Amino acid sequence: MADAPLLVLDQVGKTFHRRGSTPLAAVKSVSLTVHVGEIVALVGESGSGKSTLGRIALGLLPPDSGRVTFDGHDLTGLSRSAFRRVRTGMQPIFQDSTAALNPRRTVRQLLTQALWQNPVDVEARCVGLLEDVGMRPATRFLDSYPHELSGGQRQRVSIARSLAMEPKLIIADEPLSGADVSIRGQVLNLLLDIQDQREVAYLMITHDISIARAFAHRVAVMMQGEVVEVGPADQVLRTPHHAYTQRLVAAAPVLA
Amino acid sequence: MSRPDAAIAAPRPLLQTAGLEIAYVSRDSTIVAVRDASIVVHEGESVALVGESGSGKSTIARAMLGLLPEGTSRIAQGRILIDGQDVTAYSPRQWEGMRGHPVAMVFQDPLSYLNPVLRIGKQIAESVRRHDRGAPREAARVAELLELVHLPASAARAYPHELSGGMRQRVLLAIALGCRPKLLIADEPTTALDVTTQAEILALLKDLRQRLGMAMLLISHDLGVVWEECERAYVMFRSRIVESGITRQIFSAPQHLYTAGLIKAAKAARNSDNRFETIQGEFSTAVD
Repeated sequence: MADAPLLVLDQVGKTFHRRGSTPLAAVKSVSLTVHVGEIVALVGESGSGKSTLGRIALGLLPPDSGRVTFDGHDLTGLSRSAFRRVRTGMQPIFQDSTAALNPRRTVRQLLTQALWQNPVDVEARCVGLLEDVGMRPATRFLDSYPHELSGGQRQRVSIARSLAMEPKLIIADEPLSGADVSIRGQVLNLLLDIQDQREVAYLMITHDISIARAFAHRVAVMMQGEVVEVGPADQVLRTPHHAYTQRLVAAAPVLA
Repeated sequence: MSRPDAAIAAPRPLLQTAGLEIAYVSRDSTIVAVRDASIVVHEGESVALVGESGSGKSTIARAMLGLLPEGTSRIAQGRILIDGQDVTAYSPRQWEGMRGHPVAMVFQDPLSYLNPVLRIGKQIAESVRRHDRGAPREAARVAELLELVHLPASAARAYPHELSGGMRQRVLLAIALGCRPKLLIADEPTTALDVTTQAEILALLKDLRQRLGMAMLLISHDLGVVWEECERAYVMFRSRIVESGITRQIFSAPQHLYTAGLIKAAKAARNSDNRFETIQGEFSTAVD
């Protein structure tokens, strides 16, 4: 059912305690919802807390306060096995595709591993996944190791692996950062195609306002651990209300 | 003897390359990174070298200051002229005297170029000492440079790791300015910085150019930055310059397919299928 809340972050907070230094409140009481089939961009600069929030949403980092609910399940306090099951509905894509793939596994092994929940028709499904991310002919890539692929291909394999779990939500942390301008469009189009075919929602964490505006339905702007503004992407970024959003938009170089 | 028309002579080329070809050579292969590149930067101008990874733009930038790796790189053809002097075959020793003045350079990752165990005041002073011989009071010149780049005087006592990315880039600029350059080559100077910090550094560069009459060659893949900061641009694709001219004109009416594709991709515009514009076919840089 579209529009139903899929991921709900309710007053989530996280403070890092560093020895010999003052505690750092990386995330201060953030509330944010991603609905079924929606694309939400979390925009902020370095130190805004957006990556920390992304890790908390994925369950990689426990929050100090607040609650993370995914698909109706409260992630905090779940048993390990229950957490694993629920969590497969939510998959990450990281910035550094090289680090994300085990260098000692072939593409086939990486994808097979991701199909652990239901290891039926594995070979055919691996081929299908690679074709879904535009790597054709799939057979050419199945026996490759990550270092034998280009950066763009590694990113696609990461996406294919995420898709293997048939997620309802993909959380992407700066997936376009390393990519050339001309490649970005291809990756974004792939993500849009995936959304069309599988009705996946996205939480895209990015510092790039133009990507956020062009790609997302809604935008949340983070500054120093807090969401300072949230709303429809085009609206927030064309007519920002908050002073910080205005600064961000003004600072971004625009190609007229 | 005065020549009345001397006053309206064209600005001098500070930096010029003619038909430059640069190759990286190893035992088994030769890769031509730059082909037939002819570039010129005049006094006071702001020029961009635009391209994506693998286009050859960084190779040219490094060649212009003799920073290509010795032994594995070769200037196969063409010439490089700095202030009218042919530096193509300069030895490392000759380059040492050349770097900083009249051409200085700043890079993308300031942390890699700063000595981690020296306070930045000392590093700026080092630059002053090498290029401003006879500067009456080194300390005064360092303070002047810090002020030029809008860093507080207290920053002189800091170590590089104690500063933010934006501040480190300002330090690199101060070091470059210590040489009183007529031309600054900036290789992706703001790529690693937040967008608001980038805006500050670009504003600083503009301010410095105006105040010091300094020319700038900006190497960048960011078309938005190029649009805002550079009067002229050269667009590079896979070792060649495919288009060049006045920035406004190139971007409003690109002649080359690659330039047109790059501009559309940079605008993150959607096409009629509600998809992003990509560069297809022969001008695609995708190795997929």
